[in-house]
Amino acid sequence: MPTILAFAEARAGQLRKVALEAVTAARQLAGGDQVHAVLVGEGGIGAHAAALGQHGADVVHVCEHAGFARHNPEALAALLAAAANTTGARVVVLPASAHGKDVAPRVAAKLKVGLAADLTSVAFEGDAIVGRHPVNTGKVLATVTLTAKPAVVTMRPGAVPPAAQPKAGTVQALAPVGDPSASRVVTTTLVQGNTAKLDLGEAPVIVTGGRGLKAAEHFAIVEALAEAFGNAAVGATRAVTDDGWRPHSDQIGQTGRLVSPDLYIAVGVSGAIQHLAGMRNSKTIVAINKDKEAPIFKIADYGIAGDAFEVVPKLTEAVKAARAQS
Amino acid sequence: MKIAVAIKRVPDMDTRFKIAPSGTAVDETGLKFDMSDFDGYAAEAALQINEKQGGGEITAISLGPDVVQETLRKALSMGLDKAVQLKADAVPFDGYAIAEALAAELKGGSYDLILFGRMAIDSSNQSVGPMVAELLGLPCISAVSQLDVSDGKTVKARRELEGAYEEVTCPLPAVVTIDEGVARPRYPSLKGIMAAKKKPLEVKPAQLGPVTATVAKMELPPERAAGRILGENADAVPELVRLLQTEAKVL
Repeated sequence: MPTILAFAEARAGQLRKVALEAVTAARQLAGGDQVHAVLVGEGGIGAHAAALGQHGADVVHVCEHAGFARHNPEALAALLAAAANTTGARVVVLPASAHGKDVAPRVAAKLKVGLAADLTSVAFEGDAIVGRHPVNTGKVLATVTLTAKPAVVTMRPGAVPPAAQPKAGTVQALAPVGDPSASRVVTTTLVQGNTAKLDLGEAPVIVTGGRGLKAAEHFAIVEALAEAFGNAAVGATRAVTDDGWRPHSDQIGQTGRLVSPDLYIAVGVSGAIQHLAGMRNSKTIVAINKDKEAPIFKIADYGIAGDAFEVVPKLTEAVKAARAQS
Repeated sequence: MKIAVAIKRVPDMDTRFKIAPSGTAVDETGLKFDMSDFDGYAAEAALQINEKQGGGEITAISLGPDVVQETLRKALSMGLDKAVQLKADAVPFDGYAIAEALAAELKGGSYDLILFGRMAIDSSNQSVGPMVAELLGLPCISAVSQLDVSDGKTVKARRELEGAYEEVTCPLPAVVTIDEGVARPRYPSLKGIMAAKKKPLEVKPAQLGPVTATVAKMELPPERAAGRILGENADAVPELVRLLQTEAKVL
């Protein structure tokens, strides 16, 4: 059985959780065979190789170059395609993150193969790679078969949680293909939000505010509820991001983020089709909305048909109390 | 600016999908179809660029059977100048097969800018734009939430990341894929709809690339069990917390 290659995504010198997820997924595919990880960044990024070894990488190819200080999709795609060839990779696994989704199609095109994107599971079936991929805004599940060698796949963040499975993690220096500092596409600035805050794709709990909150400053009650959970991120509906109350990057819906947390709490959200498309696959859904007839209640497991400004602060207190006891 | 916009015809998502007897596609009976959301943003972005710069030409390109002509006419009614249908019996699921066909058509077009939607809202692969860029040897910035090409030489764009954003530049000509935030598509005016009927729509055979990614099965996810409304004011909070702890086990 041949090698599985995983892209270990880092940002600003830090390994991202999806890097461990990609290596874990590669380990599951490889069975007893070799997993090679590719780790790129500026000088010092190689320090993260050990964590990749812990999650199942036999070999970690490290490319340290000043041109990789920020996202460099052209140089990265060239490097990954070359690594796929030199390692004889059977499958290339990338995260379906913002950077992974940017790079994976470039790698597939360089290798002249199709791509299976945003998979929630992946496995060998005979000689082919088979993955599950939600399509039509999550209303339909497709099972995708890849017959190309290598096969290129991206894994939905959170679909394969990182699992410790220590392997050697032997570091090998990897030379860049061409000069990464000479790429035509240049990332000039990276602005990180509050890095202590959980991303919508990673948070086990999401609290989302809609138009029912009436004004941007009223998001404070949503923020407070998220804070009380301690592991929650705050989302928004399109109506709210269109009005500029929250950034576009917070939008959950058909044209925004598609999320599936363990718990999704919709506050003052009517439940437009556009929004439901982004969150319908959440495990447990709670809706708090004044309008008993709001469509959000059709999809919610538990609803309170009341005033958010009265209910949410009480819920925040109750969640704090429950967490203090546990 | 000479701009191309790639457009996909997709089903309206506001529906209960059924699976076709083949088991590998959705049943198209009774479905409404329209331009994929992000492709509408891309078409609008192209219009705004050329309106600001006063001139240029925008070509809409769509791959598929003759029904895609309806979607191309919609693009023309928004104000795009001409359209090309790359005729194929069906749109393959494999983005690379599509990318080869689009690249073959775009190659000789000397476009300054080639725009795509970030992804097709049905197949959701987010792959064709960057693949076309690779095949054409052009720089590509994908999933941009802000776009500026006002100097006519450079793309300046912003991309949203998980909990962050980045600013990215590249020289023109380039491929750019459009995310939420750039532009909301205009509604075609009556005048636009009339004018669209006279605009050129060329039909050419699609030179599809090799297919190595296929759909083996499509199915509907399990239905959610009916939920319940626990109360109409804050008195219901203790019951909600109890259920979150004991039934849903998320607290």
